Amino acid sequence: MPTDAILGFAVAGTFVLYALFGGADFGGGVWDLLASGPRKAEQRALIARAIGPVWEVNHIWLIVGLVLLFAGFPRAFAVLSVALHVPLTLLMLGIVFRGAAFTFRTYDTRGDAVQRQWGLVFSGASVIAPVLLGMCVGAVVSGTIRVEGRVVVSGFFASWLAPFSWAVGALALSLFAFLAAAYLTHEAHEPALREDFRRRAMGAGVAVFVAALAVLLLAREGAPRVWEGLLRSPFALALHAGTAVAAVASFALLWTRRFQWVRVAAAVQAGLIVLGWAASQYPYLVVPDVTLHGAVASPGVQRVLLVALGVGTAVVVPSLVLLFRVFRPAPTPGAGSEA
Amino acid sequence: MGMTDLLYARAQMGLSLAFHIIFAAAGVALPVLMVLSDWKGRRTGDADYLKLSQKLAKGTAILFAVGAVSGTVLSFELGLLWPEFMGQYGEVIGLPFSLEGVAFFTEAIFLGIYLYGRERVSPGMHMFSGVMVAVSGAASAFFVTLVNTFMNDPSGFTPSASGPVDVQPLVAMFSPGWQYQTVHVLLSCYQASAFAMAGIHAFVLLRHPGAVFHRKALSVALPLACVTALLQPVVGDLSAKHVAKAQPVKLAAMEGQFETERGAPLRLGGLPNVETGEVPYAVDIPKGLSILAFADPDAEVKGLNAFPRDEWPPVAKVHVAFQIMVGTGSAMALLALVTLGWRWRKKAWPHGRKMMWAWLLSGPLGVVAMEAGWLVTEWGRQPWIVRGVMRTADAVTPVPHLAAPFWTFTAVYLFLGVTVVTLLVRQVAGTLPTRDGGLTGGEAHAD
Repeated sequence: MPTDAILGFAVAGTFVLYALFGGADFGGGVWDLLASGPRKAEQRALIARAIGPVWEVNHIWLIVGLVLLFAGFPRAFAVLSVALHVPLTLLMLGIVFRGAAFTFRTYDTRGDAVQRQWGLVFSGASVIAPVLLGMCVGAVVSGTIRVEGRVVVSGFFASWLAPFSWAVGALALSLFAFLAAAYLTHEAHEPALREDFRRRAMGAGVAVFVAALAVLLLAREGAPRVWEGLLRSPFALALHAGTAVAAVASFALLWTRRFQWVRVAAAVQAGLIVLGWAASQYPYLVVPDVTLHGAVASPGVQRVLLVALGVGTAVVVPSLVLLFRVFRPAPTPGAGSEA
Repeated sequence: MGMTDLLYARAQMGLSLAFHIIFAAAGVALPVLMVLSDWKGRRTGDADYLKLSQKLAKGTAILFAVGAVSGTVLSFELGLLWPEFMGQYGEVIGLPFSLEGVAFFTEAIFLGIYLYGRERVSPGMHMFSGVMVAVSGAASAFFVTLVNTFMNDPSGFTPSASGPVDVQPLVAMFSPGWQYQTVHVLLSCYQASAFAMAGIHAFVLLRHPGAVFHRKALSVALPLACVTALLQPVVGDLSAKHVAKAQPVKLAAMEGQFETERGAPLRLGGLPNVETGEVPYAVDIPKGLSILAFADPDAEVKGLNAFPRDEWPPVAKVHVAFQIMVGTGSAMALLALVTLGWRWRKKAWPHGRKMMWAWLLSGPLGVVAMEAGWLVTEWGRQPWIVRGVMRTADAVTPVPHLAAPFWTFTAVYLFLGVTVVTLLVRQVAGTLPTRDGGLTGGEAHAD
């Protein structure tokens, strides 16, 4: 495997991890906004307890992906920064308000009204950010970002405001919400609370299906390369078949209340969807003018980055394992009252 | 691309960095203070130190979260505002950025364990997590400063019309002067945070002289504040000597030196006038600059006039910022000397009203010096984004209407700044003595 493909795979890998971990935190914010019923407060408390220790860590996958992109494929980073300046700026605002408001809610103890205000900012930003992230992805695969030489010639709005991009935004939002609900069925100790999130996971699963269908139908017009890639490349077809199997499995496991397996199936499903995106646009970084090979850094830099990637993995993975072991859901019901 | 869009881009980058630096510095230094008081508490069994460490942990949590999101904004802004810079030099400086990412990861991971895992891990593991937070914070500041060193004095590549070729990432990562700049920056993080903390507790002690908790808190902050305040001028001098050799235009702007001369004077204060080439209102110390910069009273110092006018940095801004940094740095060093003298003679940290006033008034100086020093290096590098090879004006994005994001982020940062200050004030207020002599219960519900 050439080093540019390995680096490209690493970038895709960080986006998969960002979706599985950071995405689920955004999804938690969605369910905070949509908390309802007699256990409204308990739902929010569970979400806060699940996100609290890990959201900053999960968020770093995005930064790692960004750094790998500009270090490994600097031209692509420059093109995306220009073409998607507006949605990326809005995404930053979403990220800032999500993180800041969540922290302020935790430490601002002036009473319920203030907590509700911070909660609204946190959850509102959690809805907006995934949509923008999806819209950017949609723009990248759609083939409407055009580059001549080093200059972006397709403007600053049309690519990410197209119907196809909106559909990808909806898919990202429903996927993150689905992931969060699936994980929370396992985090919850109380049976009634589990049922709340089981219902939410099933609803969000349906939303994922509908959004994916919309993406597929709009791809024919809005992203012809993806449409072809979906139908022609056997690799992509295998990925999509795998996604379908994982989706059916998630539903079956939710139906039969095997919650410890639900989160695995949901994570596999979401991971395959993100990988499917990466595969469908391979070998392009920005369809159709920027390829992995055309944008990649010089060979010396590629080798050094692979070493840095190895060092980083050796340091970060054991630390992450430790973190998730410390904060794994307590096995005994009722032990989670320290929030 | 109008001139104003370039100014808005620079203003937005400057604002984002000026804001982020404060939180980043706190993210580097507060974990050290937090672990120190935690360790002191465990060793002495004194509950006040444990409480202090918990308060500092909460402060760290708030400041780190805002630092994390504002840092994310910056990593996007590198591309959003300076796509040509990143498009050409992203690969050259990718290595330190990647390693910073690793350090940021371990900092966030162990901070999560330290903050939320007190009851879930062994005391040893908890302490280890705190130490890891402090080490990772320092590492991440170290790596990101290497990027700035590269921009000031780039190496490790050959410039060409199509961008850098023959890239050697390891050479670029350790561009000339890296050892001075990284130590200077790390010290400034510890110094700014320790002075701010000392200022806060001095403020409380002026109003409540008997507040034992705050006496102890002061005893944690003062050693770090004093040591860094005394080391910083030494490192700063080494750094300036390096700048004198490697970036003579920057030194000339810092000192308001227009003419090349032997036995150049040191100009204290004053406001350089680029039209007349004079520095009115300055106090000259004869031969001072030649001695400080080259350790030789008759050494030649290059003046601004030796360089093309279109390569001059904004002289007045650089000079004034440099005066502020040196002035505040000297004041802090003096206070540190007096404080350590007191500590040595009386075997106790000072607590009299005069000294408390001095520490209260010095509280903001560390942050002021840090921001001023950062402005010196950034303004002093202009008009270049990568000195000598890429001008800032050539790096800026073609996206129009940059006033809109600038004002948006100005409002956002203002809002965040006010909120954070309010929250921190409330954290401190929770430790004030009440009438019955106890402490008020201002605990957040997060533990």
